[in-house]
Formats: sequence, structure tokens, C-alpha cells
Amino acid sequence: MGKNNITSLTLIGTIKGLKQKDFSEEELNNAYFERIAKLNPKLNSFLEIKKNSCGIPAAIKDIICTQGIKTTAGSRILSNFIPPYNAIVIQRLLENGISVIGKTNCDEFAMGGSGENSSFGPTKNPWDLNKVTGGSSSGSAAAVAADLCAFALGSDTGGSIRQPASLCGVVGLKPTYGRVSRYGLIAMASSLDTIGPVTKSVEDAALVLDWISGGDGYDSNCHPERSEGYKHIFFAGAQNDKLIKGLKVGVPKEYFGEGLNPKVKQVIEDAIKKLEEQGAEIVEVSLPNSKYALAAYYIIVPSEISANMARFDGIRYGSARVDFGPEVKRRIMLGTYTLSSGYYEEYYAKAAKVRTLVKQDFNKAFDPPAGGVDVIVGPVSPTTAWNLGEKVDDPLTMYLSDIYTISANLAGIPGLSIPCGFSEGLPVGLQILGKQWDEETILRVGYAYEQSTEWHKEKPKI
Amino acid sequence: MKQMYEPIIGLEVHVELNTKSKMFCRCSADYFGKEPNTYTCPVCLGLPGALPLINKAAIEDCIKIGLALNCKISEKSLFERKNYFYPDLPKGYQISQYRWPLCINGQITLDSGQVIRINRVHQEEDTGKLSHLGGVTLIDFNRSGVPLVEIVTEPDFHDVASVRDYAKKLQQLFRYLEVSNADMERGDMRLEANISVHPIAIASKASPWRLPDYRVELKNINSFRFIVAAIEYEIKRQIEALEKREKLTQETRGWNEDKKCTFLQRSKEEAHDYRYFPEPDLPELRIEESRVKSLESSLPELPWDKLKRFAEEYGISKNDAQILSETKELAEFFESALEHGKKHGVSIKEVANYIVNRKPDISSVLPTQIIEELKGKKVGIIESEKELEKLAEQAVKENANAVLDYKKGKEAALQVLIGGVMKLSLGKADIAKLKPILEKLLKS
Repeated sequence: MGKNNITSLTLIGTIKGLKQKDFSEEELNNAYFERIAKLNPKLNSFLEIKKNSCGIPAAIKDIICTQGIKTTAGSRILSNFIPPYNAIVIQRLLENGISVIGKTNCDEFAMGGSGENSSFGPTKNPWDLNKVTGGSSSGSAAAVAADLCAFALGSDTGGSIRQPASLCGVVGLKPTYGRVSRYGLIAMASSLDTIGPVTKSVEDAALVLDWISGGDGYDSNCHPERSEGYKHIFFAGAQNDKLIKGLKVGVPKEYFGEGLNPKVKQVIEDAIKKLEEQGAEIVEVSLPNSKYALAAYYIIVPSEISANMARFDGIRYGSARVDFGPEVKRRIMLGTYTLSSGYYEEYYAKAAKVRTLVKQDFNKAFDPPAGGVDVIVGPVSPTTAWNLGEKVDDPLTMYLSDIYTISANLAGIPGLSIPCGFSEGLPVGLQILGKQWDEETILRVGYAYEQSTEWHKEKPKI
Repeated sequence: MKQMYEPIIGLEVHVELNTKSKMFCRCSADYFGKEPNTYTCPVCLGLPGALPLINKAAIEDCIKIGLALNCKISEKSLFERKNYFYPDLPKGYQISQYRWPLCINGQITLDSGQVIRINRVHQEEDTGKLSHLGGVTLIDFNRSGVPLVEIVTEPDFHDVASVRDYAKKLQQLFRYLEVSNADMERGDMRLEANISVHPIAIASKASPWRLPDYRVELKNINSFRFIVAAIEYEIKRQIEALEKREKLTQETRGWNEDKKCTFLQRSKEEAHDYRYFPEPDLPELRIEESRVKSLESSLPELPWDKLKRFAEEYGISKNDAQILSETKELAEFFESALEHGKKHGVSIKEVANYIVNRKPDISSVLPTQIIEELKGKKVGIIESEKELEKLAEQAVKENANAVLDYKKGKEAALQVLIGGVMKLSLGKADIAKLKPILEKLLKS
């Protein structure tokens, strides 16, 4: 491996390279730093860059608190906020020899699906600088796609890891709610927020998840156990051709209806065929309450937002509330309304019931005695990356781009997005949803698919 | 005939728990008098990204209070966010309980025998503290996140005396349970009142009893004396208004101590909509019955039970029993003294009277010491030499034989003379002093 190609290595490849002394940690950091210096002005992927001489460089979504490093959540409100503490995930990464090379751009407080709601300008898609990256983890997905870091962390409340990963052609993992501590993640919607990796391979995602998962005594909703998916899948000596043999893969009919771009649909169907060729059994499943998920989501999320944004009251953090962007203001107003006395039962309480129904849909589909499936696959996004500015004036259309991802957040289950092809030169991602706490199976399916295809090796030309 | 009015009062008592750490973080809760903003962390400062973690000791204290007030402990309860803006509330919401409180449907009996129904006992967190200095307001977050328990009654009070008795009983209870210092001056315990007044005829005639369609909330009054004054003032003000056929409305009022009157703080139109919803950062609270049982059995004897037992078991007056059970420490002192007294023939009444009247400083006096003292009093030792001489002369006269024996060298004969003095003095002579006096007399 030539030193010029260091930045194209996966995380696992980088660890191997360091072990074999192909390059030093300092050379590794310099290589990434130089590439960021060259490409970030085009991409606007990083809001803050930090030069290190050691550690493996990771890019961190700017909504995750980093001690001593400015953390803005993509908002002007926090443009001068330097956290006095590290998020638990940052502590874990530092313990594993990772360094923070920079903080990545995102939609303001993670509210958005295109990256355009950032107070600091949109991130550009490395595959086409005129297109959006998706969001809200826009900078993290672009940074991984453009080889500006070994891997990145993002956050996913309604698809914010999976959707930009899909639109930028990288791997994105949204873990089970409660798998990774949220302590230090600036909250958008507390009951749905998750932190997860954005990586260059499925193997990398499994490794990062093992590092960052597990309770910490700070997030009351976090499961105490750490995940060991990486160890189980990649060190268990599993044979590639047997990885998913006999596995039942569910395809929800609701995810292939109106609104799905036909070319994207074709790519997804080809990917499903590929899984079948590898011995998986493809079964049609139904998630009948999916059609209500978006409506419930846009009641629960703004409700929680209206409370979570209250601390930015203009007394602390040096910025007044007028500095909130339009999407944040919209959600604060929606949520204040849905929680109001007299409306709570009609909106919030009802949405919580719909949420239970969405969860039950998945439970039923995954239920083994009822012939349930092991994973559910489908598209991540109904379209590929769209033009910058195309949907900014139409929030409802923007919300609809989350239609396939939000159910997993409502149900709290894990979801993976992996590159599965291209449509008109733009990446398409395959979504693999799994049972609660069962990241291992979706990673296994993702890995099997990745091993039999070359999509993940494609790099944007910038 | 003059129209009579009945005040209807409900109370909300807030009490700060004396747990080691705060309600949702690891900071020390012993903040009083400490340098401002030194007992803080990302959680109680409400920094972006920080999350709450439930303090189990506080929950146990809350349950103990609930059990002592005969509440039902909810098997399942939830924390909720109470949303409002105030500079001392760094998250913009207080973690509290609303729809699913920890303890519900309790009751307490006042001295008058009246039963006050407790609507709920719930757990929440305290806010920071504002100090207004000249034109500047300073915020101290040391108090932010300190565990707070709120006890809400039904509108069962009809006079100020019962309010006073209730507040005193709760304060005594908190101290008995050792869950709070319950010091009003320090703000450990705070009182809020809801007051309305209605013409008595309405309640007593055939039409069904119902609450007036308004209530006045007395808030932000941080002294017990002032809240009592404010309630008294409100009752008068509202009756006068009704006499004048004025319409009273829902509002929040404060107390102006200089002018000795209440004043409008917030009208109904300006009332908060707290937009409560379940706190998504915290799991449901599940309290197992076995845990409730074990907490119940860990409760100390409650002040009112102790009072009753003292009166019944020791046959002392209710008034004395009340004084002796005032604090757990005094009650223990009393019973420990009784134990000693029994061994030394000191009666219950003597011990009770001594403590009630002499009010010994129990932090410096031992129960055994007061028994010694009481024993001494009972013997009533005669120490005066003149008196002893008189007694000795009398005894010598009456025991001529003993005197002869002594002069013959029979030392033991002295004991006969001592016995004679004791008999004459009804056992009250100081033997140590008597002996040389007798010897001197015999040698002369």
C-alpha cells in the first residue's frame, strides 16, 4: 500500500497498515489533514478541523459533544459553544486509539434530510457537487465518501445516518435505541435519537459499534452490555458462502409502492436478487401501519423538540432565539401546539399509540413462531440525491424523503444502509432492518452482500 | 341573618430531601451555604447533551413519605417534563410527575380529629437560585437538581389553625423519617396554598356541595409566618369581595409583607400551560411490592403513633406526650430515662415532669444523669451541720446503751446511733457528714 493511498483505506485496513508499519500514525493524520485542506472547501463537510499527530482520524458529527472542541449542532445558536465534557462515545473512541480530526456539518440540531438546514451552509455531495448529501449527518457521510476520515460518527432520529449514507454511497448503521449511550449527543427527539457509525465497509461499522456500544451509567435508557458483532461475524471464521444461507429476508410491500423512483426500485430489486443467489429465502411481508408512521413521527418528534430546544433561551450560550433557523422554529411551534393542554390527548397521546402499532408490525414480521423473517430489506430513500435547493421551500416533500427510515426509529430497531448500485451516476443504498438488539444479523447480511459485490469500492471522482 | 362563609383551602408542600447526591446527577445535594456554582455538572447545568439518571435513594425517601401519609404506592409511575421558561431552570423544563405520580390517595389526621386527604406525593427536582443585587440578577445552580418531593392535599382545610397544624405535622414527619431537615428558613420546606371562599348555605342546603368556580393560588411566599398571614388576609379579602357581589377569578397572588396584603401576580389568562409529557430520557419507574413492604417495615414509629402510645402506655397527659414526642431524639431520651428510672425507683411521672418542665439540653445531658438527679431529690439529703448535730444529740439521748458500748470501745455501736439518726431524719441524713459529727459528740 503506497502512502498516497492511505486515505482510501477502510478502518480495518488502516489498523492493519499501522500494525504492519506500512505508515505511521503521524503520516496517517497528515494524509487526511492534507486531503481535508484540499477538498473541504468544495464539500463544506467539516465545520472544525483539528490537526493531530497520533490516533486514527475520525470525523464526528457536530451534534456530539467534544471536550474543548467547538460543538455547534449546525446552529448559529451554539456557534461559540465549547463543551466542557466529552460524549461517552467520544470517550470510548479515544480509549480505542481514535482521534477526532474534525467536526462535521449537519442540519441544524439534526432537523433535516438534506444537509441544507445547517446554519453554516449545505454540504455538497462528493458524487455531484450540485446535489445534496442527504441529512442530517451530511458532513459525516460526505467525509467518509470523499476519504476525509477513516470513519465518522453520525446520529439517526428518522434516518439521519442511513439516508445520507445511501445518497453518498457509504455504509451507515443506526443501532437499536439504547445500544449506544446518548450522553453528550445534543438531543433532538430523545426517545428516537441514536448514535452510529458511517464507514467505508460493513466490517468497519461492526467494529465501531463494538467500541461505542454498552451502558455507561449516564444514559438511563442504554443497555449495559456491549455488542460483540465484530468478533462474532468476522473472527468466527464464518464462510462467506454460508453467511446468509437459509436466512429469511422479508420484503415489505409497503416500501415499493407509489413514490419510489422506478430506477431506484430496479437497483433495490437487483440487490434483493443477489441475496437470494447467496441462499437467502425472500419472503414478502407487510407493515400495514407504515402509512401512519410519518404522521406519528411528525407529532412525537416536534413535541420532544419543543422541550429539548427550550434550554437555548438566550440566557446561556450567547445567542438569542431569533437565531434559530426556520425548520427549528417550525418544529418548536408544531411541538408546542401538539403538547398544549386540550390537544395532548388528540395529538401526542394518539401518536404514541400509533408508534406502538408500528412497533407491533415489526414484531409480527420478525416473530419466529409465525414464520417471521430474520431481516427486512428495502430502499433507504425513494430517490437518489436531488439538486441543492430543490426541496427547501417544500417541507412536506422533504419530510416524505424519510418515509422508509422513520419506522425503524419509532420501533427502536436497528437499520443498516449499504451501497448497492447506482442510478444515473448517483449511489443507491439498500436498507437492512433487524430485530431489536440484533445488529449482528443485519451486519451479517450486509457483509455477505458487500463480499459478493464491488459497489462499496467505487469512489467519487473529485 | 348574616351570611356565613366557609374558606376552602388546599395545600402544596415542597420538601427538599437530604440525600447525598442530587436527583439526576452525581453532584452533592448538600449545597446550602456553599460557594455559588461549585456543586454543578453538565446534568444539573442543563448543558446540551447531558442526560438525567434517577437517584434511587430519593425515590425511596419519597415512598417513605407516601407510606407515612397512608398513600397507595404506584406500581408503575413516570417522570414527566413540566415545560416553562425561567432563568433558574436551565433545561427549560423541570423533571416532575403529573399524570403518573409515585404515591397517591393518602390521608393524615389532625389534632382536631379532622382527616385531610392527600391527593399525591410525587418526586421532582429543585431549580437554581436567583439573587437580585441592585440591577443585576445572579444565578446559582448549586441547588439545581436537588431532590424535591411535593405533597398535595385535597381542598380539605377550612381554617388557618388546621393549616398550621398540618404544616407542623409534616415538618415533624420529615424529621422523624430523616428525609429532610425541613427547615423553613433555609427553604428546605415550602408552602403554597389554594384558597377560595363560599357562602355556607350553598353547602348545607339541598343543592350538592361543590367547589367554587375559582381559586386563588398563594405562591412564592418563603416564610411560614407570611403564608399564614397571607391566607388570613385572602379569606378576609375574598369574603369582602363576595359581600360586595364581586366576581372572584382564578389567579396567582403573592404577599407584600410591608403592606401586609396579597397582590396579583398572574391572572388566569396568563396562567402557564406546562405541556406535560413523559420524560423520554428516563425509563418507567417500576416499584415492586416487596420493595414497598421492606420500606414500610423500615419506617420508624411515626410521631402521631408515638404520641398516642406515650399517652396510653405511660398514662401521661396528651399535652406532655405531645411535648415528649416532639422530636425523635427527645422521645428516645425520654424512654431511655424511663428505663433507668425503673431500676432506681423513679416514676414515669417524675421523669416526664422533669423533661417537660426543666427542658434539659439533651445534646449535653445523658438520660442517666437526670435519673441520678431525680434520685437525689427523692432522698432529700440533709447536709446542714447544725441540723445533723441536732439529730445526732437526739439520737444519743435516745440510745444511752449504744453510747456506753461505744465508750467501752465497741466501734459497731456507732452504726446503731447512725441508724437512730436515719430513723429520726426519715433516711435523709447525709451519712458521710453525719459520721464525724457523731464521733465528735461521743468523744466530748
